Amino acid sequence: MAETQQDAPAQPLLIPEAEDFWQAARRGQLRLQRCSACEHAFFPPRPFCPACGDRRVENFTATGRATLYSYIISHIPAPGHTPPYAIAVVELEEGPRMMTNIVGCPQTPQALRLDMPLQVVFQARGDMTLPLFEPAEPTP
Amino acid sequence: MTPNSIAVVGAAESTRMGTVPELGQVALHADAALNALADCQLSPAAIDGLATAGHDPAEIAHYLGLEPAWTDGTSVGGCSFITHVRHAAAAIEAGLCSTVLITHGESGRSGHRTHRPLFPSQFSQQFEVPFGATIPPTKFTLPALRFMKDCNVSEEQLAMVAVVQREWAALHPRATAREPVTVADVLGSRMIAYPFRKLMCCLVSDGGGALVLTSAERANDFPTRPVYVRGTGEAVESPAITWMEDFTTSRAFRASGKAAFAEAGISHADVDHLMIYDAFAHVPLYGLQDLGFVERGEAGAFVAEGHTRPGGRLPMNTNGGGLSYMHSGMYGMYALQEGVRQMRGTSPAQVDGAEVSVVHGVGGMFSAAATVVLTNVA
Ligand SMILES: [Zn+2]
Repeated sequence: MAETQQDAPAQPLLIPEAEDFWQAARRGQLRLQRCSACEHAFFPPRPFCPACGDRRVENFTATGRATLYSYIISHIPAPGHTPPYAIAVVELEEGPRMMTNIVGCPQTPQALRLDMPLQVVFQARGDMTLPLFEPAEPTP
Repeated sequence: MTPNSIAVVGAAESTRMGTVPELGQVALHADAALNALADCQLSPAAIDGLATAGHDPAEIAHYLGLEPAWTDGTSVGGCSFITHVRHAAAAIEAGLCSTVLITHGESGRSGHRTHRPLFPSQFSQQFEVPFGATIPPTKFTLPALRFMKDCNVSEEQLAMVAVVQREWAALHPRATAREPVTVADVLGSRMIAYPFRKLMCCLVSDGGGALVLTSAERANDFPTRPVYVRGTGEAVESPAITWMEDFTTSRAFRASGKAAFAEAGISHADVDHLMIYDAFAHVPLYGLQDLGFVERGEAGAFVAEGHTRPGGRLPMNTNGGGLSYMHSGMYGMYALQEGVRQMRGTSPAQVDGAEVSVVHGVGGMFSAAATVVLTNVA
């Protein structure tokens, strides 16, 4: 598990379509959706497929494997975060991208290499459990 | 729209810009609007179309005492006013109205406003905010490292965007930041969100701007030199940065630019002057590539080699841009104002003999785009 934080992050507006995602995160599962018609995997959750419009979609648990697509190292204070810290967009093995924080390694350009393999970890913060990612291999 | 069928006849910024604590946000709209009406010697009663962003058009219409027969409240972020030019041109050509006022005002620095003008996104609130991405410096900047890696842009080249634009700002008496800066100055300025230092981020300003558009047949009845709308484009892509389709190229930029160039019937060689909305230093680099001025992977070197600086072959962001001129939050109006000045031949940083200006804007965090091709040749 990643280091704990003093403050809770800003609480998002919870929309009903995303309930499965956040509930699953508490159980340590990263949930995505897949279209039953065209097999497109997508995130964030919607009650239809954004690729073809079909309403037949299924929720499934992702592997949690991802690569680092891009990031910044923020020096700006934000609730639940102590600067400097990385805000990243990762590309999941199943295709969709998501925003996250990278934990378990120094928050430096030397340690945070684009395309590095990552693995999801879950961290309770305030009333939420957030999917974060840590390096899947040792970092410099 | 038919190329050159519509003209900008009135254009002005607010009386003061930068820090304007004495005016609220709506009053900034009105101050700029009255200046634009004075510019073309019209009274408010002559306005029968109104477009604005960040506010209900009714609020601006009522405040100014207008009774428009047509309104457009398209609010897609900072490029909204460029989009309004396109919509206004279509409305005038369709006969829905004859004389359109487009207004912008933003108390970005002093904060005399009821709300920020950009609509919040439910995806961003839900799946970005918990990770600390709460403001543009931690959202808009996110694609940059991927862009820099895949498109061969060094941190020094990113810094050069700010250096070159400061050279232009030095020529503009109304620019906020006019002191020359070096690459070392930019890289040595305070880290905001690696790789972005303070001087790679836009200013935070108060200000306003307004335009008056009418049909080209009427354009010669005004005291100002007509600036014709030759081509327009617009596009939307995603509500938040995480869902930008490809971090190395803006789909919205490509679509909007392509539409504007096609409608105008111009090639890149025809463009004498270019404005690309620069909320942060990487955005003009995307614009240069996505509008087709350079090949993928060439934008960083193109700016670093000086092609966009004063005396270069593609003068870009000649007011100093959002990095040095001003940036109220929705900067697109100021890019338009400089495009109009260049086509009138009245910019303090005038490009000699310029006949075609392309003004390209971004909305939100690469969420939207709008492009206009302006010309002084009927
Ligand atoms: Zn589908």
